[in-house]
Amino acid sequence: MIEISKLNAWFDDNHVLKDVDISVPANGSFGLVGESGSGKSTVLRTVTGLVDDWEGTITVKGKKLGPKRDKDFYRLAQMVFQDPFGSLHPRHTIDRILTEPVNIHGLGNSDARVVEALTQVGLDNAFRFRYPHQLSGGQRQRVAIARALILEPKILLLDEPTSALDVSIQAEVLNLLGRLRRDLGLTYIMVSHDLAVVAHMCDDIAIMNHGRIVERATAEQLAEGTLEHPYSQQLYKAAGGYDRAVVDTFVDWD
Amino acid sequence: MTTQISTAKPGLKQWLTSDTPQSRWQAKCGRAWLGWIKFSENKLAMVGLSVVVGLILVTIFAPLLAPYDPLAADLTNRIQPPGAEHWFGTDQLGRDILSRLIYGAQYTLLIVGLVAITAAPLGLLVGTAAGFFGGWIDAVLMRITDVFLAFPKLILALAFVSALGPGIENAILAIAITAWPPYARIARAETITVRKEDYIEAARLQGTSNFALIIGHITPMCMSSLVVRVTLDMAGMILIAAGLGFLGLGAQPPMPEWGAMVSDGRQFLLEQWWVATVPGLAIFVVSLGFNLLGDGLRDVLDPRGGD
Amino acid sequence: MSSETLLTVKNLEVTFNTPKGKVHAVRGVSFDLGRERLGIVGESGSGKSQTGRAILGLTAANGAITAEKMQFRDVDLANLTPKQWRKVRGARISMIMQDPKYSLNPVMTIGDQIIEAYREHHKVNAKEARLRALEMLEAVKIRDPERVFNAYPHETSGGMGQRVMIAMMLIPDPELIIADEPTSALDVTVQLQVMAILDDLVRDRGMALIFISHDLQLISSFCDRVLVMYQGHVVEELRASELHNAKHPYAKGLLNCLPKMDGDHSDLPTLEREASWAEG
Repeated sequence: MIEISKLNAWFDDNHVLKDVDISVPANGSFGLVGESGSGKSTVLRTVTGLVDDWEGTITVKGKKLGPKRDKDFYRLAQMVFQDPFGSLHPRHTIDRILTEPVNIHGLGNSDARVVEALTQVGLDNAFRFRYPHQLSGGQRQRVAIARALILEPKILLLDEPTSALDVSIQAEVLNLLGRLRRDLGLTYIMVSHDLAVVAHMCDDIAIMNHGRIVERATAEQLAEGTLEHPYSQQLYKAAGGYDRAVVDTFVDWD
Repeated sequence: MTTQISTAKPGLKQWLTSDTPQSRWQAKCGRAWLGWIKFSENKLAMVGLSVVVGLILVTIFAPLLAPYDPLAADLTNRIQPPGAEHWFGTDQLGRDILSRLIYGAQYTLLIVGLVAITAAPLGLLVGTAAGFFGGWIDAVLMRITDVFLAFPKLILALAFVSALGPGIENAILAIAITAWPPYARIARAETITVRKEDYIEAARLQGTSNFALIIGHITPMCMSSLVVRVTLDMAGMILIAAGLGFLGLGAQPPMPEWGAMVSDGRQFLLEQWWVATVPGLAIFVVSLGFNLLGDGLRDVLDPRGGD
Repeated sequence: MSSETLLTVKNLEVTFNTPKGKVHAVRGVSFDLGRERLGIVGESGSGKSQTGRAILGLTAANGAITAEKMQFRDVDLANLTPKQWRKVRGARISMIMQDPKYSLNPVMTIGDQIIEAYREHHKVNAKEARLRALEMLEAVKIRDPERVFNAYPHETSGGMGQRVMIAMMLIPDPELIIADEPTSALDVTVQLQVMAILDDLVRDRGMALIFISHDLQLISSFCDRVLVMYQGHVVEELRASELHNAKHPYAKGLLNCLPKMDGDHSDLPTLEREASWAEG
């Protein structure tokens, strides 16, 4: 479904993505893990056309992407952002946030679609005419997912979708995302700094550091802890909680 | 909820404070209601609001309120001190100052209203375009704005009125031309902050056009700062209009514009102080009213703080 | 671990007056603290941060603190004047906050800030203070202390900024540190490195530590004892090593809903919140 090959990207003079290759089958779930500055979010942003300076090949559903994205692309792939507090317009009601894309793409039936989108993400009609600040973080993230789904995309690009949420809410949202993928046959690329989240949600994982993919693994390999690259091993150990002896083995990767 | 004494019917109040609005209109009204509650807790802001509302009411009901014809000269009654027949006395042509004051309110309101309606949208448009597109559009628009900002407002207004000729329409035009640049600056600053937010990117990713982004997404975020600034500026606009009127470049005689009235009374300032002082006090009170209103609005309208 | 009790908190209540009514952030929290590491874990709205702030009298102006007892050694924390607080804060009890971006003064160099923190409680000349500050920067494993000393906070990374914050808070040699989500804004490996620095310093100086976090795993691996908070109440108190034996359904639920590296891909168990939990 998604083929990324030899992707390089620059922010001004910084070479932020170096020869990134990713392949995601239809209905697959691919995880990108890394710390800040690893370039994981940049990969998503390059796919959605938010990055100007890039080279390489990005093929989505058989179609090669150029410098600009068109409406067809937006009906194929949508993004869910990290910050539930920042990704919904503070002055728009939930209804408006969900209706606008429907109108832009001329899909019609906006009323029914809005109700359906809210139901899909587990929110009832009471939320429809509220403002974002009247919702909790988890509810806002559900709205963000509903907004992504209302255009009936086949691909969801998830940029740390649960990092800003409480642990118990994270579980609910991750379950929702899992269910949606199964029920709607979606393809995911999920970016996270949390190895455990990615291990839980994804089939294949790539670990990134300073713009490069340093290791690829399947979920099974992660479960067994059989990682080869020293950076991945360090990340894996760090995910296990605090251990003074382990910290001494940490190296700064520059 | 709040313990505000409300005269709204229970049904209406219920509708306004409902947790689950049934329509966008209801949601908007509910939000406005909450804003009003917060605003009304500020005593000084309410004073400001009363002054402004008072100004509007005086303008509407001028014919009913004014005891005399503001233009009726009575040379036998020149420069009478305030008394039972003429509460604020008469001017050098024997016209009742109170009536002139009342009818003059409409000029104040006209000036302030027309300037706000023309300058604010212009500034908003220029500022959001500059902030949104950046690059050479930003540079060109901002340099034009800088040119206008370089001149002190009164001087610039004077220059324009001198070029266009005296008269209240030209005065309004001149003030509007000098008033828009700060709004462009404010709108641009807000736009630059807002355009990096995720919700703008999300809208872009749904296929929203640049035009729709500016009008529907960015402009609402600029409105709060803009409304506050415009309201605070109104006091200044009144003073500039009064200044122009004082110099004979604004409203022309016999229009009872307050600035012109102060100018007329200049010559009698020492002995017959009321001719100049009364309209001067009116200018002061209304300017103060707008200032207090603007301050109160600023406390209530804060896009980042939520409601 | 000494059996001496440094801090006693009994029935702490923190209530805020907001336009929407009273908010009971902390409801009847009680605990004792010895020379140990106590972790307070909870989600947003649990009151864990407000508990930490109340101990240092840092509650916001619209908040009211009441407690049956809030005693730190010989000091009654519930009834201090501002002048008395200045002798306690920094010198005896210090707080490390979450994001150095917001907690370090952006217009002062790092060196100046640390010196200021030191000279607030120690009467020394500038030269001596500078030496102590550089020493402290070395103690938090900053490799180039001279450079960081002269740098501004925005010129440092998050991890380094947090180390600076630790240096600043530990330089007056307090007896108790309250750390409020000190590593939440950091990358995972940097988090653990900063925790290690804190670990060493707390151990070497014999300080007591209250560690506030939402990260159950981190707290259970770093602290000796854990308090689990929910909506202002302490719902469970147990040794960190016993966390898997937690009894309260909220604490158990919190542990279970974490995604596991070696788990299967089925749905995560979610919390079914009971109204009774909020009653304490």
